[in-house]
Amino acid sequence: MSDIRNSNPGGEDYEPQISASGVDAVGLAAGGSADPLPGEDKSYSQGQLVARRFFRHRAAVTSMIVLGIIIVVAFTSIGVGSIPGWWPKDYTLQYDKIGDGAPTWAYPFGQDTGGKDYFALVMRGTQFSLIIAFAVGIISTVVGTLIGALAGFYRGWLESILMRMTDVFIVIPLLVIAAVLGKTASGWGILGLALVLGLVTWTGLARLVRGEVLSLRERDFVLAAQAVGTSPWRIISRHVLPNAVGVIIVSATLSISSAILLETSLSFLGFGVQPPDTSLGTLISEYQAAFATRPWLFWWPGLMILTIALCVNFIGDGLRDAFDPRQNRTKD
Amino acid sequence: MTTLDISAPGPVTATGDAVLSFEDLSVTFKTEFGDVHAVKGIDLEVRPGEVVALVGESGSGKSVTSMTALGLLPRNARVGGTIRVGNKEVGALDGRGLRSMRGNDVAMVFQEPMTALNPVLTIGDQLTEGLQLHGIAFGKQATARAAELLTMVGIPEPERRLKQYPHELSGGQRQRVVIAMAIACDPKVIIADEPTTALDVTVQADILDLLRSLKDKLNTGILLITHNMGVVADMADRVAVMLKGDLVETGTADQVLNHPRHDYTKRLLAAVPHLGSGPGQFGDVAPVDAAPEDLPALDLGNLVIEYHRVGKPTFRAVDDVSLSVAQGEIVGLVGESGSGKSTIAKCALGLIPAASGSVSILGTDFTKLRGKELKALRKRIGVVFQDPASSLNPRLPIGDVIAEPLVVHKEGDERSRRRRVLELLDAVELPRSVYNRYPHELSGGQRQRVSIARALTLDPELLVADEPTSALDVSVQANVLKMFTALQERYKFACLFVSHDLAVIDLLAHRVVVLQNGKIVEQGPREEVLHHPREEYTQRLIAAAPVPEPLEQRRRREARHALLNQLGDDVAELVIEDDYERPVPKRDEGGTPSGLAGLTDADNN
Repeated sequence: MSDIRNSNPGGEDYEPQISASGVDAVGLAAGGSADPLPGEDKSYSQGQLVARRFFRHRAAVTSMIVLGIIIVVAFTSIGVGSIPGWWPKDYTLQYDKIGDGAPTWAYPFGQDTGGKDYFALVMRGTQFSLIIAFAVGIISTVVGTLIGALAGFYRGWLESILMRMTDVFIVIPLLVIAAVLGKTASGWGILGLALVLGLVTWTGLARLVRGEVLSLRERDFVLAAQAVGTSPWRIISRHVLPNAVGVIIVSATLSISSAILLETSLSFLGFGVQPPDTSLGTLISEYQAAFATRPWLFWWPGLMILTIALCVNFIGDGLRDAFDPRQNRTKD
Repeated sequence: MTTLDISAPGPVTATGDAVLSFEDLSVTFKTEFGDVHAVKGIDLEVRPGEVVALVGESGSGKSVTSMTALGLLPRNARVGGTIRVGNKEVGALDGRGLRSMRGNDVAMVFQEPMTALNPVLTIGDQLTEGLQLHGIAFGKQATARAAELLTMVGIPEPERRLKQYPHELSGGQRQRVVIAMAIACDPKVIIADEPTTALDVTVQADILDLLRSLKDKLNTGILLITHNMGVVADMADRVAVMLKGDLVETGTADQVLNHPRHDYTKRLLAAVPHLGSGPGQFGDVAPVDAAPEDLPALDLGNLVIEYHRVGKPTFRAVDDVSLSVAQGEIVGLVGESGSGKSTIAKCALGLIPAASGSVSILGTDFTKLRGKELKALRKRIGVVFQDPASSLNPRLPIGDVIAEPLVVHKEGDERSRRRRVLELLDAVELPRSVYNRYPHELSGGQRQRVSIARALTLDPELLVADEPTSALDVSVQANVLKMFTALQERYKFACLFVSHDLAVIDLLAHRVVVLQNGKIVEQGPREEVLHHPREEYTQRLIAAAPVPEPLEQRRRREARHALLNQLGDDVAELVIEDDYERPVPKRDEGGTPSGLAGLTDADNN
């Protein structure tokens, strides 16, 4: 009843009796015009409809802006690699301490016990945490999607093998395997850690995608594609996965936020990012004893983690609502 | 049954005797895209012992209208006007009042009996629930009453059935149970929302017989919602035609079906295919001009298809079926659900392997091919599926959907593909502007046209159409069929046309194959099979198909009853014992059950 066509201004009444109105059939027959396609009136693809709904979700849009600011500030302030940033202080250098190192104008986040600029340190930690989170999100999404799609589409022995493998990964305590592998892998830098974390956190998504693919493969358009002789790979990539993209994106978003928390836990326990490099979890771990005396050393990185995780979760919520309009909650 | 006692249509002033009446009913839904005015001020009433058919195409607001009588609309609906059930005004009732009204004064028979029944509760539990909620009977008494109800609707061995679960019953029996639940509390009016749409035609005829005897014997009013004009002709005393939320015409069945006054009604009736009228209703079907020595487009030889089930014996869905489709010929594959007709279609497309036997497309055996050769053969077959909602990839614009087979087979370049798509859009009579649109922006009929265009993209020699019009409204179906015959004449493809609708087959097919339980019952030229059937099963099938003309349909009904008697079968009807007592809900003015209030509460908790 809530036909989407209704939203379409100027859309003519699409009743079948309208005969072929070749708008520029002549231009087409000549084959010359640059844009031979008739029908300039606005047409919304599924993606555009999703975007429209997403941008109406206030919490999600706000979160996206906040997250954007955090990302920009984290990367531009102290610079990345050899590229210098606009923040004058370096996170490795020790400066003269002002008082007990509480936040001042010169050191907005305060100074740590040795006199290092805490703003620069937190920005460095945020950079690492974000890189790990997004890398983990991407890796686990790719692996999970691939395994879920293959298992769901092919069924049979392939599904048995892949899903039993998934079961094995699920029953191993995540923190333990991540700690053991993470300790080894952090020797290869943060991307090594991200790779390991990504390779142990794809299981949930694989199951979700498999379920979605199981239902999609029975749809008539997949049968129709098979009937014209479409290759399985093309069916998966063109007909099945694009229709599962809602599940995948939402779950990828949420896996990013859980990756931030996982990395924090690991670093806090000392298995994650190793000094002299730093991440938000490492910072908290390092200064946990200072919680009572210099609370800012705990609160700044803590606040960062909270904000990032919360933002990502809200974005995930917004995406979920946008992809599945049926769960329409009344907004505001 | 006679229509003499039915007063003339038009506004009836005396509402005292109506069991259900709508006055100036309007319903508006608030949606994401603004308000949708689903019902725009209609007046309608149903009197005791009368069947009023509310007819209309999807989206006309007929189901919404009926739901207002039960107060069962979603929260975003605003209802205006007055709805009366008996002497109660629905709009004035609170939650409790509504609950006591539902089932008691007005009951509902739903379209899909499988989803209307709860799969985890026994038939007995579901039947007694209503009785206990409304304080009619409890415990053993309720079970006895439930058994009595099952006997009434013609289910044998009621005591055993009460302990069974819905999945253990056939579709027709399930619908009988739903009807038994509806009459459990002896409502004044029953709303039947497409009660037979999900059923096979022979089962449909039985259920309609049952509903007819129900209103005669219990004097219940029935509001019958349907899109099927044959059902209307069979059942209705009065007919109300709805179009986009308005009532455009009301009158007796004879007036509306035989002498329609409104243009829309005329168009609607003209669009109904008429069993027995043969081809030419929606465009002429070209005669087959294949020479006998030509290879058949499709040839099935002793085909057996089996489904392997875990923990159960193998199910033989198709058993020793041999049929062939000559080039340029349309063969109608007819059968009820479970007869294996869709399975055969899927096998002909190479989507299901054959357990034994051969499937040849233009002389090449499908079952022996692999890889590239198989792909090349698939190029020569097109397919149209039933459900327009799921047969198009929602993520692709229409242009890509139709061009997809060309891309898969690496034919042509960007420009020639586009030209081919536009040509096909013209052929299926869609405006070229749909090229950039997405499936969700099109109506069901338009989507089915896109499906047909996609099937024709590669110029196939064989088209397999699996119930291509059964999910469409009649007027849309008529247009699609018209277009289909025109396309067939133009492209001369052979077609395996699967359908359960004999009237559609009658106007389209050159030859007809009748299937039952995976076996061929009868096959031959259309006139022979459909007009002079030899086999008993075919006779039953044809006798059960309703036609949209009340007098003719009554003749057909009587002829069917005679046939059933001759074959030794019973005509379905409500069985009422002599000592049948109408249930009386025990309740006081406030609507709570009086004598057994404590017991009800205990039961509810």
